[in-house]
Amino acid sequence: MSFTKPTRRGVIKSGAVMGAAGLATPTFFTSAANAYTNAPGNDTVTLGFNVPQSGPYADEGTDELRAFELAVEHLNGEGDGGMMNTFSSQVLEGNGILGRKVEFVTGDTQTKSDAARASARSMIERDGAIMVSGGSSSGVAVAVQALCQEAGVIFMAGLTHANDTTGKDKKANGFRHFFNSYMSGAALAPILAQQYGTDRNAYYLTADYNWGYTTEEAITSATEAVGWNTVNTVKTPLTQTDFSSYIAPVLQSDADVLVLVHYGGNMVNSLTNAVQFGLRERQANGKNFEIVVPLYSELMARGAGENIGGILGSQNWDWKLENQLGERYSGTNAFVQSFGTKYGFPPSQAAHTCYVQTLLYADAVARAGDFNPCAVVEALEGFEFDGLGNGPTTYRADDHQCFKDVVVVRGKENPENEFDLVEIVEVTPTEQVTYAPDHPQFAGGSLGECNPGA
Amino acid sequence: MDAIILQILNGLDKGSAYALIALGLTLIFGTLGVVNFAHGALFMLGAFCAVTFSRLLQVSYTFTDASRTDFLGNPLQVEVPYLYDILGESAGAAVIDWAVPISILFAIPVMLLIGVIMERGLIKHFYKRPHADQILVTFGLAIVLQEIIKYFYGANPIPTPAPDAFIGSFDFGAMIGFDAGSIVYPYWRMVYFGFAAIIIGAVFAFLRFTTFGMVVRAGMADRETVTLLGIDIDRRFTIMFGIAAAVAGLAGVMYTPINSPNYHMGMDFLVLSFVVVVVGGMGSLPGAVLAGFLLGIIEAFASMPEVLDVLPGINQIIIYLVAIIVLLTRPRGLMGRKGVMED
Repeated sequence: MSFTKPTRRGVIKSGAVMGAAGLATPTFFTSAANAYTNAPGNDTVTLGFNVPQSGPYADEGTDELRAFELAVEHLNGEGDGGMMNTFSSQVLEGNGILGRKVEFVTGDTQTKSDAARASARSMIERDGAIMVSGGSSSGVAVAVQALCQEAGVIFMAGLTHANDTTGKDKKANGFRHFFNSYMSGAALAPILAQQYGTDRNAYYLTADYNWGYTTEEAITSATEAVGWNTVNTVKTPLTQTDFSSYIAPVLQSDADVLVLVHYGGNMVNSLTNAVQFGLRERQANGKNFEIVVPLYSELMARGAGENIGGILGSQNWDWKLENQLGERYSGTNAFVQSFGTKYGFPPSQAAHTCYVQTLLYADAVARAGDFNPCAVVEALEGFEFDGLGNGPTTYRADDHQCFKDVVVVRGKENPENEFDLVEIVEVTPTEQVTYAPDHPQFAGGSLGECNPGA
Repeated sequence: MDAIILQILNGLDKGSAYALIALGLTLIFGTLGVVNFAHGALFMLGAFCAVTFSRLLQVSYTFTDASRTDFLGNPLQVEVPYLYDILGESAGAAVIDWAVPISILFAIPVMLLIGVIMERGLIKHFYKRPHADQILVTFGLAIVLQEIIKYFYGANPIPTPAPDAFIGSFDFGAMIGFDAGSIVYPYWRMVYFGFAAIIIGAVFAFLRFTTFGMVVRAGMADRETVTLLGIDIDRRFTIMFGIAAAVAGLAGVMYTPINSPNYHMGMDFLVLSFVVVVVGGMGSLPGAVLAGFLLGIIEAFASMPEVLDVLPGINQIIIYLVAIIVLLTRPRGLMGRKGVMED
């Protein structure tokens, strides 16, 4: 056995090569010294808020950012504390997270999967974000969730409604507080039967992408279970702006209900067009013709103006819940007070879910006593909590989906102001919207193992 | 049969918007030789003229109503438009109700001005540059304009309803012997079609029957000779750019009750309008109008469930499919002239 004597030149060469390799490798592959990716120092911890700051959902993204900023303020002990005062878990003390001051960076998803992944990657690699949250689209949520799983950070989804986020595309490092397509169907169908009867013929216009498909499947199966008949399902291009040629055939069909499985600008335009064609005043099969919008967005509903009057739909949360339905929804008023005082108007459901997700992450870290993503996953799985505005809620361990009540709303006929667009019709209890983890609409995929990164 | 009639009606109003935008595009291309990718943005700016005018009419003062509370429980701040004080409540409300049609008067000078500034300030510097440069600079301008609008008005669509008198729909079916309710058509879409027909007719009449129009047509045919005759053709072409901008703007103003305007609406129409211009024939005004209506009607038919059952997804590609077929059989488009875009 022989050893080569190290020389000064050899040491310098080796050092240079190793240094270059270190610089060229993404940081989340190089944190071998730490037990997990982007372990925070003793003073601060960085969260990444990835929201649409440009593109068609920019206003929704802006509202999400407002909520994130408010959550960070409250975590750092500033402001009135908001829902930290009503949260059933009382481990957060307003001194940041585990004594580290919370800082945040933001990214622009542009509501495009590739742009969202690029900004999330930048926040993780360059800014050292230990958790990523936000988003206003299921396509973006699924893409960023997969990236966070690879990188070994936690993803706390923002507004994402497709079943797949916690169905076939679920990941161990990803968690969704927002409700999903199945829950919309399960919550809406009984109310639709009660309000419009069980003998109905429904015609569907569905946005031609993943969220549209899962929502259409959820609503058709739920309404058929209460006796409705599905007359036709027509896919409409995502880029469509004028839906008149899709609405005209509804007049020739024997449908007496039009279900608009559209979101955002599509929803505003298709609903406006449907009302223009007199569907609200129409009589079909001896009944009043009805329009249903499965997923409501208050911000988008403003674009439809008075056309949303009388239209039924579902929401994850509404700012009037506690005032109208009492203490079960405690936390709602605290959040509305904080948000309204700071910004001058009530929060949207997108803002609410983002605020709650930030508190839930911070709380999980505090309960685990550790920032390690696997410890956070363990703390969140099966976690039961209350006081965050939705009533008693559980983060199910099987799929990382929150189970809670679903709000069924109707567009107000004569709104008093631009923020008071919907009225709460009923709240569907959790048991009624709960499904088995192996339900066919969520088939395929598995959580896999949590990935701490390093 | 009733389904076919209804889709033809749908195609006509969709075609009206395409035709109006394509008409402006062709005017600019025919006069200045510029491929203007910012033309969709002019349509969008017209729509926001209506939004702005509507908001101006509703400028309000506030007073505190202690008997009512806002969402935080504070005394309610009630807004009252100044117009109510000036004209009385009912007359003020009527003017606000008619904001969209009245805003045409506001949009015409604004859009003419925007058109002239755009041409003098930017586009004239690109006349002698390749078409690729023109496309790049006008496309960039379109993005800048839409980002400016988004900054001031947000990304959400803004409801801008038609006057109450035009809310609802007309039952054609009952009138022509079909079942009641089988062919209904919104009043405002009928107004839009009529408005488009008037504007298109006015542009053609202006070019055909006025001295100004005659000079412009002469300039389009032979710019050099007209210049040699001592006519300042550049100034007239600048005015034509302003007129094209105003046509696109008016199309946008009247479109606002059909779909709530947002900052991106120009881009939604731009690509289709270019297809319309190419199918109609580059530089051909009648071609642009004909192709606008033709493609609008074909697109409406391709959206019918009976068609989609046989050819799924045809609704997404039909316009481009027709464009390919037309260009293969008539390379200059339906009414294109020899020598245009062929140098």
